[in-house]
Amino acid sequence: MNRLIPALFVLLILALPARAEVDIQEVTSPGGLTAWLVEEHSIPFVALEIRFRGGASLDDPEAQGATYLMSGLLEEGAGGMNAREFTEAKENLATSIDFDIYGDTLTVSSRFLTENREASGDLVAAALSDPAFDDAAIERVRGQVLASLRARATDPQDIARDVMARAAYGDHPYGRYIGGTEDSVTALTRDDIVTAWQNAIARDRVYIAAVGDITPDQLGALMDRVLGDLPETGKAFPPEVEFAAAPGVSVTAFDTPQSVARLGQPGMEISNPDFFAAYILNTIMGGSGFESRLMQEVREKRGLTYGIGSFLVDSDYTEALMGSFSTMNARMSEAVAVVQEEWRRMAEEGVTEDELAAAKLYLTGAYPLRFDGNSRIAELLVGMQMDGYDRDYPKTRNDRVNAVTLEEANRVAAELFQPENLRFVVVGQPDGLDATTE
Amino acid sequence: MKRLIFACLMTFATALPSFSQEVTNTVLDNGMEVVVIEDHRAPVVVHMVWYKIGGADEPLGKSGIAHFLEHLMFKATDDMESGEFSEVVAENGGSDNAFTSYDATAYFQRVASDRLGLMMSMEAERMTDLLLTEDHVATERDVILEERAQRVENRPGALLNEQMSAALFMNHPYGIPLIGWQHEMEGLTREDALSFYRDFYAPNNAVLVVAGDVEPDDVIALAKEHYGPIDANERLSPRARPLEPVPRAPRRVTLTDERVGTPYVMRNYIAPARRSEDQSEAAALVFLSEILGGSSATSVLGQALEFDQKIAVSTWAGYSADMLDLSQFSLGVVPAQDVTLEAAEAALDAEIARFFETGIDPEQFERIKTRIRANDIYAQDSARGLGNRYGRALTTGLTVADVEAWPDVLQSVTPEDVMTVARKVLQPTHSVTGWLMAPDMAEETVQ
Repeated sequence: MNRLIPALFVLLILALPARAEVDIQEVTSPGGLTAWLVEEHSIPFVALEIRFRGGASLDDPEAQGATYLMSGLLEEGAGGMNAREFTEAKENLATSIDFDIYGDTLTVSSRFLTENREASGDLVAAALSDPAFDDAAIERVRGQVLASLRARATDPQDIARDVMARAAYGDHPYGRYIGGTEDSVTALTRDDIVTAWQNAIARDRVYIAAVGDITPDQLGALMDRVLGDLPETGKAFPPEVEFAAAPGVSVTAFDTPQSVARLGQPGMEISNPDFFAAYILNTIMGGSGFESRLMQEVREKRGLTYGIGSFLVDSDYTEALMGSFSTMNARMSEAVAVVQEEWRRMAEEGVTEDELAAAKLYLTGAYPLRFDGNSRIAELLVGMQMDGYDRDYPKTRNDRVNAVTLEEANRVAAELFQPENLRFVVVGQPDGLDATTE
Repeated sequence: MKRLIFACLMTFATALPSFSQEVTNTVLDNGMEVVVIEDHRAPVVVHMVWYKIGGADEPLGKSGIAHFLEHLMFKATDDMESGEFSEVVAENGGSDNAFTSYDATAYFQRVASDRLGLMMSMEAERMTDLLLTEDHVATERDVILEERAQRVENRPGALLNEQMSAALFMNHPYGIPLIGWQHEMEGLTREDALSFYRDFYAPNNAVLVVAGDVEPDDVIALAKEHYGPIDANERLSPRARPLEPVPRAPRRVTLTDERVGTPYVMRNYIAPARRSEDQSEAAALVFLSEILGGSSATSVLGQALEFDQKIAVSTWAGYSADMLDLSQFSLGVVPAQDVTLEAAEAALDAEIARFFETGIDPEQFERIKTRIRANDIYAQDSARGLGNRYGRALTTGLTVADVEAWPDVLQSVTPEDVMTVARKVLQPTHSVTGWLMAPDMAEETVQ
């Protein structure tokens, strides 16, 4: 065999892309909850992923950061146990339970040995439906949140995120950092936290996936055990909001050797028939790996950055196309100009047949590789449910990528990439970079 | 060739289930070690080549060359254009990257398992046939300087880490930053990179780790085909770095920076790492870090400083067992807002002193033991993670047998072992204490 297989031969092999080989079952519990399940009995543990839609976007304007603080308190005492007893119970079972909070979701990721399924379920149930929220725990976790807010205030990456969010979304919950401000967090009361809990954790917004050593019947019983005591409904979701940052470049002065930049413009909804074209286009522009135009132009050819990428944000209540990179202060102005030129080139010239083919090969080849590991698959399954996909989505997804034609891609490129609406938020002391907006 | 069944949990009588992992290892005629880990759940494979060469093996004055060469390995070879390696991986739906540590440099790709031979053909090509142009070297040097700015210069905490390591290691190159000192990075040349490459990139200095949906016989056949024809480097000498003298004085470092929002105090002690056939001290240190700093609610430091005394918003203890020569044991406290670094450090010292008097809570010890054992089951979920275990071990002086013995060594640790190693390691003269602070705090301290 040749030392190097010629590229043409590789392309021929790839004409038949692999398909994702997961067998997804839908399970309905006796109590009426639905989950997706992949049985995988070769390792004696289960990954259980639970997500509640809404997350930090449910914060009341006068209680910013309440949902974030609440999520940090769920395992600081629950079900009659204090924080130490709860953690000891978890450690005795070698179970992990992690609560995370995002703009749109509150997530519960747990992992337990097969034999500890019921006891672990009881712990998750206690944290979700019977948290203590005792004063000592509130003060302790509040102190942690305040410390992290102070750290964010002097981190150029975080400053850039916050400036962009405010510019794009104003007074909408997306315009604020999910953790709140020092003032708002200092002022939060126990009542605010209880309200945030009632707002966010309810059966009408829950999505569930399990992967591992568990049968459909066992999962049905476990779901009712974990979520059976939750209230039926939570708070109404926030309204939709448009990405509305003023175009141009803003500079936030910050004394540090390397400037940090974020870029953004309006995006595209995942339910839009053109979304797959947009997804491919973004892969070509700034997707992961070294192949994207932005990595080639900004890093590989000019050495202006260590990493640059762009990404489609398909949040529940907005859509955006964003990106980020860092560059020494002396060279930020050159880097911004290169990115602006790439944006213009994409909008005006679109992509080539070769670029489209390469992106399709990458995306269709990479997709089955994502289904690797129980925890990873559970996360993918719950994400698909939240995005409104069917269980057969993994089997059809590559066909949908392959169906995008060059003509479609270039029509969408002209619509999606809007150099005239592109906003750069730069934090640092960039030399010779003129701010054109505030 | 040796075929081994890795039964990590069989010897324990408790309720935890048993689980076995198939690992095969062999050595090619040219000295390249091969480890194959089977995981047939998904049609995926991780292909990794680990070189036994890292930041601590650099010539004096050339700090950062190991990491710089890692970047340059993605440039042109005899048969590949610059960037072609990653392009072919991407066309095949894979992902690829590389990393450098003090003791190893590793290149890896994650692809569909039927593409393994293609990965090997390209990795073998760049083991011997790297070409570098002055242009590529100059541009990539800008990239690593941007990387240093992003990882270090823009982060006061990373600057403190650099200063602390430089103070802790008086003679060993672990005190030199892995990414390099900025002034030395600026002077790295094409010839520096090529000479490092010619000296150290060779099959007899490399470990091939393949983890995923593969059959060991197939992997070994492919390895013989692609890597087998490469000549061993006969000039390769055993790794011998300058060792540390006996330390005589505790060291202190204070880094003051406008960009510090949350100050903290941390202390690093020089600590032993896993050694071949002698892993028990390292195992005891793994327990010590869990006991002192595991989770806030159950660890010694978390309970005392966060829960009882309420002087800290967070505490930690850290230890990495996989280093060729020496490791560090690290403790840290982020004080509550109205608590000074001085008071936080005093509370940390008091708690360590109390720990030496009261010893270990037997229930906490048993919980940690259970969790460490369960982690071996959870670890089976990631073929890449298992591959990393072997790659790290085999590039830090350990053997496959050591990796397989490690779970048993961990389970045989006693509380007495932990106290013994704690007394040996947690000595002020073996340590550096660092304060990270903002200028206004520095003024308060002066007043």
